[in-house]
Amino acid sequence: MKQFSNRYIFIFSIVMVVSVAALLSLAATLLQPAQERNLEVEKKKNMLESINVPATRENTEELYDKYITESFVLNSRGELVSGVDAFTVVIKNEQKKPLEDQSLPVFRAEPDDGEKVIIIPVEGKGLWGPLYGYVSLKSDMNTIYGVNFDHKSETPGLGAEINTTPFESQFHGKKIFDNDSFISVQVLKGGAPESDIHGVDGISGGTITSNGLQSMIFDCLQKYNIYLLKNRI
Amino acid sequence: MDNQEKEPMFSAKNLKLLTEPFGINNPITVQVLGICSALAVTVKLKPAIVMALSVTIVTAFSNLAIAALRKYIPDRIRIIVQLVVIATMVILVDQLLKAYVFDVSKQLSVFVGLIITNCIIMGRLEAFAMANKPWPSFIDGIGNGAGYGLILVVVSFFRELLGSGTIYGYPVLEKLGIFNLGYESNGMVILPPMALIFVGLIIWFQRSRSKSLIEK
Repeated sequence: MKQFSNRYIFIFSIVMVVSVAALLSLAATLLQPAQERNLEVEKKKNMLESINVPATRENTEELYDKYITESFVLNSRGELVSGVDAFTVVIKNEQKKPLEDQSLPVFRAEPDDGEKVIIIPVEGKGLWGPLYGYVSLKSDMNTIYGVNFDHKSETPGLGAEINTTPFESQFHGKKIFDNDSFISVQVLKGGAPESDIHGVDGISGGTITSNGLQSMIFDCLQKYNIYLLKNRI
Repeated sequence: MDNQEKEPMFSAKNLKLLTEPFGINNPITVQVLGICSALAVTVKLKPAIVMALSVTIVTAFSNLAIAALRKYIPDRIRIIVQLVVIATMVILVDQLLKAYVFDVSKQLSVFVGLIITNCIIMGRLEAFAMANKPWPSFIDGIGNGAGYGLILVVVSFFRELLGSGTIYGYPVLEKLGIFNLGYESNGMVILPPMALIFVGLIIWFQRSRSKSLIEK
């Protein structure tokens, strides 16, 4: 094998890195529109799943238009904020702002059983990366109608179990208020008794994800406290 | 040197590069490389096929790139250069999957990124592309990628059939009425260890047929 000078090696590396960087940024720019479109469909699909409407990528748009009737943005005092599209609010960016400046999106939906529900997006931290999802509440603003959770990189079989139906269906019918005080839903290690209206079973081997999920639901729903209390039946 | 340049594109030697990885030089069952991803993506047929295609594309094109550059790559930094080439290809594949087959990219999630660490690719670059011309290297890449893919598809076919009762998402067992005869989908087949057992069975089958593979 031919010997190369240090100078050659440096130049070779620089040329290689620069051309690779140019190639990759070009690809990323060209593919971005298609990728964003996919993420949008995914978001709608997750929202539909939180009101227990199973959707495929093909019929998501159609079902979304059918079931999601309205969307609006609140501030932490429960007042309507105009001029912001709820769908485009990025929760992660909002969470970095002080509470009084945060935009809190709400979606209204009417599933087939005639229930009028609101959908609240939630976002938090798991063990390895972000967790996100949607919690839908019945019109009493207290009973959970359905949930959908997803994650970026939790361990398959352990933390990743949060987006399976058996785990998510535990949330149906749980209450987030106890009279007027906000309790949220606890994800309990070692299991929650059947009669517990504020608790669900945690995931064995996924304690940190379970805890992250619990604080995600608590933190995000708490911000809607004033609005929820005001609109309770 | 001159003789070799006139060699036809699909000479016997080149064809051997393409076919050997399916049989006596299979990357999974003979070289025992790339096992980790073989366990992870073989629960269903669809991700297995996409993974097989992705790995084939990455192997072939990084082989091609490295073989074309082989005379200019300084020996002292060759591993880094190989890694840069592989990583670039993998990121490109990942971006394409995200743009055009989002569901699959979600299913494969971390495993696409892990193609970078798939020992088959690095192995082929180091063992073949660094010492051969671009065209044979390209064929070698396709051969090895496809040989890897073949095992993936075979394993995932049985795992999907026995574990979920479907083939490529189509409920075969249900349509055939096997479930009515009392068969239930075997949950254990879905777990990663069973993939290892399937790979083991394939190795056993292969070695019992071609005795030359058995170590003395």
